[in-house]
Amino acid sequence: MIFHPSILALLGSSWLATAVLLASAVFAMRLLASWDRASGSERQIRLERATILVSTAVGLVLALEAASLILFVFNADRMSALFVGAMCAVGTLNASVYGFATLYAKIAVFFASALWLVLDRVDGEGRDFPLIRLKYAALLAVAPIVALEAGLETAYFLDLKADTITSCCGKLFEDGPQSSGAGGELAALEPRPALWLLFGGAAVVVLGGLVAGRSRVFQIAQGVFGGAMFVVGLAAIVSVVSLYVYEQPHHHCPFCLLKREYDHFGFALYLPLFLGAAAALASGMLGVVPRRASLAVAQPAIAARLARLSALGFALFALACLWVIWRSNLLLFG
Amino acid sequence: MGARFERQRHLLDFAVASLARRPAKNLGLTLVYALVVFLLGSVMLFGSAIRREAGVMLADAPEIVAQSMVMGRHDLATGADLEALKGLRGIRRVEPRLWGYLWDSAGAANYTVMVPSPSDAAHALASGEAIVGEGVARARKLAVGKPFFLVSPAGKFLRTRIKAILPQASALVSSDLVLVAEADFRSFFAIPADRYTDFAIEVANPREVSTIAEKASVRLPTYRFVTRADMHRTLEALFSWREGLALALLAASLLAFVILAFDKASGLSAEERREIGILKAIGWETSDVIRMKLWEGTAISGTAFLAGLLAAWVHVFFFSAGLFEPVLKGWSTLWPRFPLSPEVDALEIATLALLTVVPYTAAVVVPIWKTAVTDPDAVMR
Amino acid sequence: MIELTEVTKVYGEGRPDRVEAVRGVDLTIADRAVTVLEGPSGSGKTTLLTLIGCLARPTMGRIRLDGEIVSGLPEKFLTEVRRRTFGFVFQKFNLIRGMTALDNVMLPAFPLGVPHARLKAHARELLEHFGVGDRAGLGVENLSGGEAQRVAIARALINDPAVVIADEPTASLDGARVEQFLAMAADLKAQGKTVIITSHDPRITRASVVDARVAMADGRIVEATP
Ligand SMILES: Nc1ncnc2c1ncn2[C@@H]1O[C@H](COP(=O)(O)OP(=O)(O)OP(=O)(O)O)[C@@H](O)[C@H]1O
Ligand SMILES: [Mg+2]
Repeated sequence: MIFHPSILALLGSSWLATAVLLASAVFAMRLLASWDRASGSERQIRLERATILVSTAVGLVLALEAASLILFVFNADRMSALFVGAMCAVGTLNASVYGFATLYAKIAVFFASALWLVLDRVDGEGRDFPLIRLKYAALLAVAPIVALEAGLETAYFLDLKADTITSCCGKLFEDGPQSSGAGGELAALEPRPALWLLFGGAAVVVLGGLVAGRSRVFQIAQGVFGGAMFVVGLAAIVSVVSLYVYEQPHHHCPFCLLKREYDHFGFALYLPLFLGAAAALASGMLGVVPRRASLAVAQPAIAARLARLSALGFALFALACLWVIWRSNLLLFG
Repeated sequence: MGARFERQRHLLDFAVASLARRPAKNLGLTLVYALVVFLLGSVMLFGSAIRREAGVMLADAPEIVAQSMVMGRHDLATGADLEALKGLRGIRRVEPRLWGYLWDSAGAANYTVMVPSPSDAAHALASGEAIVGEGVARARKLAVGKPFFLVSPAGKFLRTRIKAILPQASALVSSDLVLVAEADFRSFFAIPADRYTDFAIEVANPREVSTIAEKASVRLPTYRFVTRADMHRTLEALFSWREGLALALLAASLLAFVILAFDKASGLSAEERREIGILKAIGWETSDVIRMKLWEGTAISGTAFLAGLLAAWVHVFFFSAGLFEPVLKGWSTLWPRFPLSPEVDALEIATLALLTVVPYTAAVVVPIWKTAVTDPDAVMR
Repeated sequence: MIELTEVTKVYGEGRPDRVEAVRGVDLTIADRAVTVLEGPSGSGKTTLLTLIGCLARPTMGRIRLDGEIVSGLPEKFLTEVRRRTFGFVFQKFNLIRGMTALDNVMLPAFPLGVPHARLKAHARELLEHFGVGDRAGLGVENLSGGEAQRVAIARALINDPAVVIADEPTASLDGARVEQFLAMAADLKAQGKTVIITSHDPRITRASVVDARVAMADGRIVEATP
């Protein structure tokens, strides 16, 4: 264990989030057992009021988780000085088997809580708590992810020791023979098809986002394509976009982008990509969720708005990619 | 969009006015809050500033330093070993260094006396000349062209003339520096001709530093090879640990603050309860009240956080963290004291916010909700 | 039109201090009229008012507002209905001390996101209308009882409600003010508003402006005229 203020802060927030979600899950079980919409009894009124607390608390937790995701990556970058062979966040994350697992769990928590909040928001639009059971059943599914994330993060930080020998981005994301794992495969993706995928995919999800208001099928498709685009976007960052940022034909690291040396350019890529993906998934989710009478207007309207938001996110992402390619001194194609 | 914004503005207005109506209660809480931010912030800013200074210092350090060891203690290195190292593959250059510390009773300060590297033409010195750091010049009231005397512990006298004074920009590294010619250094400290303090090694490929250090230690087993990364890691680990310990101690004060905040937020006066009841009765929704109360919390957090952070910044960078001297002594004995360069980065601010604003918010959210769900019909009674 | 069908409100269900404050009330309240609820202390007048005014949900029974069933709406929507439909004048006026009369009048509109300048102008207009325009900038703790009531009525009207509800409006006022209040009630009725008042003051219950009288006892309606 390395005592470091950022580590203490990260662990504190993860356990706080877990405590909030577990308490909410306990409440969710009570609610699912005794919810009675028609009743005007005091117990029912107490339940309804407690749902406001849960919504508020989970909303705050989402903000906290988003902040902690960013802080986690930043902190990993900063701590790379402690490990032999580490030059950026990759080295720090690699210094323990739990490193990348924690990162993935954090991303999962981010998306899960964003989706839950959208569900909560939509439910609040209906006059008869139309999605209340679905919402609280979903909360029972979100809570374990948050707890898992806290557990992984704790295991990770406990496992970290200064002086650990680790391998950094050069090893993981290089398209040379020494590369290994999925990172290497992504890096080995040819730049030309990667660019086609990137901009073709972006065009699809931007257009899809703009027309998704027309029908549920479009919204569901936007969710599917948006999720796929998230993966494509990450792959494209690793395989080509990073090359343009670093202006080196072989440096593929998706984390060095966040460093000050590159003007924190990674944020211009990741923030819109995460926003676009979260909005697209949420729109898709609303397409799947059965439509109740009391939501006949609100649900499609919110789904359409989210789809447009996802179009905006992906458009910004594509623009950021275009900008860096245009501005870069690196020429990959003659 | 406009209506939503207008609504938040009204809620914020009301929140601020409501805080102003109860100045005593809120000011007290804000002060305690700011104090907590100040304490945690001071520790963090101090820790990271020290770490950053160490980084700057190490950036100028050689990739590998080779020290001769005798009975586990640092000894003078010999010319023969220098030649042995030079033959090693992968080493681009080995530079013998001559440097040492000198307590100067006239200036009441510790100097680092050093021979400039022969490759450093800008600071090349002839016998009888000296270049001093800005701190030394200040302590001894020196100017270019003036005479400068040093007395060795053995009572030997060195008389030089100031050739130049190092600029202040590099104050941290060079403030206490005295550069003299090699011949003067040797006679002053009585060092024989082919003895050196240590060797600075420059390698051809920075990726192979550790391999080369290993190979070199096979060639010269009585030497210790310290790489720049080693030094960095040792220092970093040392600081992080101390800082973490200090923060753990401060966790108690944080806990006390959280309890206070919870208590203040749940123990509303009858007047405040009545106000919330009125708001609910005249058409405010539960979530409006929660939002208004969260705005109150934001205003308090914002004020306290900025005030505490600013105070910590002044404390650390202008008063050298004077309040923590006893706790953090380990740090100050590592180096002579120097003013820290005032820098704060986003990671530190975010961490500090996570450590203070988040517990505060967590402490007040349930009391706020409890207040907000007041029965709207309560005011009819 | 407000219609109540078999409305019951129970406090403290399952506890020894359980009270049936309102039991099985059927009642229709006409639009654009002044209705008075009368009855002895503890007969359930205030409780019935809170149910009609959507301040609380009935334990059982049904309340319709212009045909829409509002009993059983979640709190959020109940609040929405309430602030769009009802304005309240409380017995103790319930102005917020430390704020000016003008700010108090504006309060109910804050969550609606009305532009500030327009809201302020409207609030001033209302204060002028009730003859307390010159008191707008004064802290409400400095107002006399009659002035405070007029500020409270102005506040009740800021969101332009269709129904104004007043619980024991004259209990805190001396004799001369009662006439003033009745004049204001007539004024509201002339503006086309529905007015519901509880009182056991005969000067109110017997006033000529009153169109309908509902007498309560022990949580039930014992007499309704016409
Ligand atoms: N929140 C509550 N909890 C428990 N009992 C209550 C509550 N509110 C009212 N009651 C009870 O309900 C009954 C009716 O009260 P209510 O205030 O409606 O009567 P009222 O006719 O308005 O009386 P008054 O003329 O004194 O104002 C009373 O017995 C009262 O004690
Ligand atoms: Mg009453």
